[in-house]
Amino acid sequence: MATAELPTTRQAGLPPEPEMHPLILNKHGLVSIGDAIGGVVLNTKHPRGWWIGFLAGLAMLQILAISVAWLFYMGVGVWGINVPVAWGFAIVNFVWWIGIGHAGTLISAVLLLMHQKWRTSINRFSEAMTIFAVMCAGLFPLLHMGRPWFFYWLYPFPNVAGVWPQFRSPLTWDVFAVTTYFTVSLVFWYIGLIPDLAALRDQARTRWQRILYGLLSLGWRGSAIHWRRYEKVYLILGGISTPLVLSVHTVVSFDFAVSIVPLWHATIFPPFFVAGAIYSGFAMVVAIALPVRRWYKLEDFFTDHHMDIMGKVMLATGFLVTYGYFSEAWMAWYGHSLYEWGTTLERMFGPYGWSYWCLIGFNCVFPLTFLWSKKIRTNFFWMEMVCISVLIGMWFERYVIVITLAREYIPSAWGMYAPTIWDYGTMIGSMGLFLTLFFLFLRYLPMISITEMRELLPRKQGGGGGHSIMENAP
Amino acid sequence: MTTPITPTVTPGSGHDPHGAHGHGPPPEPTVFGLLAEFETADGMSNAAYKVQAAGYTRYDCFSPYPVADAADAMNFPKSEMGAVMFVGGLTGACTGFFMQYYLNAYGYALNVGGRPYLSWPSFIPITFEMMVLTAALTGLFGLMALCGLPRYHHPLFNVPAFDRASRDRFFLCIELCDPKYDPVATRAFLNDLHPVSVEEVPE
Repeated sequence: MATAELPTTRQAGLPPEPEMHPLILNKHGLVSIGDAIGGVVLNTKHPRGWWIGFLAGLAMLQILAISVAWLFYMGVGVWGINVPVAWGFAIVNFVWWIGIGHAGTLISAVLLLMHQKWRTSINRFSEAMTIFAVMCAGLFPLLHMGRPWFFYWLYPFPNVAGVWPQFRSPLTWDVFAVTTYFTVSLVFWYIGLIPDLAALRDQARTRWQRILYGLLSLGWRGSAIHWRRYEKVYLILGGISTPLVLSVHTVVSFDFAVSIVPLWHATIFPPFFVAGAIYSGFAMVVAIALPVRRWYKLEDFFTDHHMDIMGKVMLATGFLVTYGYFSEAWMAWYGHSLYEWGTTLERMFGPYGWSYWCLIGFNCVFPLTFLWSKKIRTNFFWMEMVCISVLIGMWFERYVIVITLAREYIPSAWGMYAPTIWDYGTMIGSMGLFLTLFFLFLRYLPMISITEMRELLPRKQGGGGGHSIMENAP
Repeated sequence: MTTPITPTVTPGSGHDPHGAHGHGPPPEPTVFGLLAEFETADGMSNAAYKVQAAGYTRYDCFSPYPVADAADAMNFPKSEMGAVMFVGGLTGACTGFFMQYYLNAYGYALNVGGRPYLSWPSFIPITFEMMVLTAALTGLFGLMALCGLPRYHHPLFNVPAFDRASRDRFFLCIELCDPKYDPVATRAFLNDLHPVSVEEVPE
């Protein structure tokens, strides 16, 4: 069809695609991609796994409702928090969730800029996870306030008292960082969804589907001019989200590092926190993706090769985190500070020493032994075990850090901390919130980007040949 | 199949210029343009080069995934979005920084550990976050504004085949408002570009 006098196309000017693992298996075409991914949403029948996951999440969500109702009725005294451990489970869970929330933006933004085509299969639901995880994270500081109905005092707003926030405090930075992170993740996610929503609108089988997806897709028509603008916005969002994702956990680590508590006041905290966030975020993505791809038979798009790569990323970040644990102990010993070294010994062998060794076991020893083998990285059962282990280990990491408050400088100020049933209730309840939202997402929105998968498809199968945003948006 | 929010209009059943009551809106053209359907992305972008070369100005291409060649052919090599988001981000950064300085130095002067009022390093995190926040929001709303979205009623949705523009087909539409548009000559020109079909788009 092409004739000789045509100008050189953009495709011809690009370097040939390198030989690599196929990212889409089984000879898909443009239509079959839409049917496989969009069909999950448009079909009214759902696999048993979805019902199990959703109902389990919903049941846990009820625990959250009860715990929060009791908390609002009685006040934060129902939690185990005290002086010296004034933050307790609330900040442990906050940091744990926000860490999990880092994988989505990392996958969609950082890997986009690095030309990692395999991100396409997993970016949509990782971004969804990010949004839901940040929602769970945001819950804890709000609940931890004695009077949560005054939450808006966190933001600068004109008021009769003439009082404004203290902008030199990392806690105020945190408010801005988390709010921005949530909003930008939502914008990034939604912009990516618009063309897919339009595809669903045109494929819809029932009237309410056409109305719902029609409204959400804003009347997207796929115009070439619109695409060009869209890709540019997407690329810039990727560019600004990359420093954003690093800044958010850095600011979270400042909550600790700017204080003078021994072992908290350390310059290694920001990179150490970011590495841990990626570690736990990837663990959550793989832990959820493995059963989901099996239920919905999406192995063609989320292949074993994807699992293998994600396992390698976890291996690398796992070692970075382990280096952080080593460095903490080393600096305390080498620095000859009585309090740093004393607190380190308390951390390892004090009353909460068991939690330190749980952390080392779950976070370093178990995953970093097994992740070396490709057989394990591509095995459903073992990968699931490794990911759950990492999630538990990363939770213990935050617990170990927060519990440092129990024994720091003067022994007369030492104390003990024990969570109550309401602490556990809120934690399990937040997992319920996450699961409920995530399973609703699987049900109502395409979990893999239809548009980007079509673009990734080889040209001889009708796709865009894998060249995408990075090359298209000048 | 048409979208439910678009009233179904079949070709020929357009607006009646001689309305029943005689005092309706002025008569509108009943045709939006001519729509050519292509099987491949290359077919569409090659056609776009030829349409551009023939001197048409009011036309557009439609595809299920971004086709860079089509936008290049249409002589739209560079999007404005970079400049829009830059201005948005810069505004947010300046607002963020001066908000902190003003509020902590004048609005409610706070002396924290004897630091100067303009202790700018501690204002950097929020300045940065504000920059990213406003750049992202300008990106979303700028994209919607420049593309004229949301727009639920578009004549193209009247063509049943256009549903496949989000699926597996590639379209090129020359609009009636193009100065070079001619119902017969333009149709013949489009037919020469090897489309699957050429259809009239009812307004």
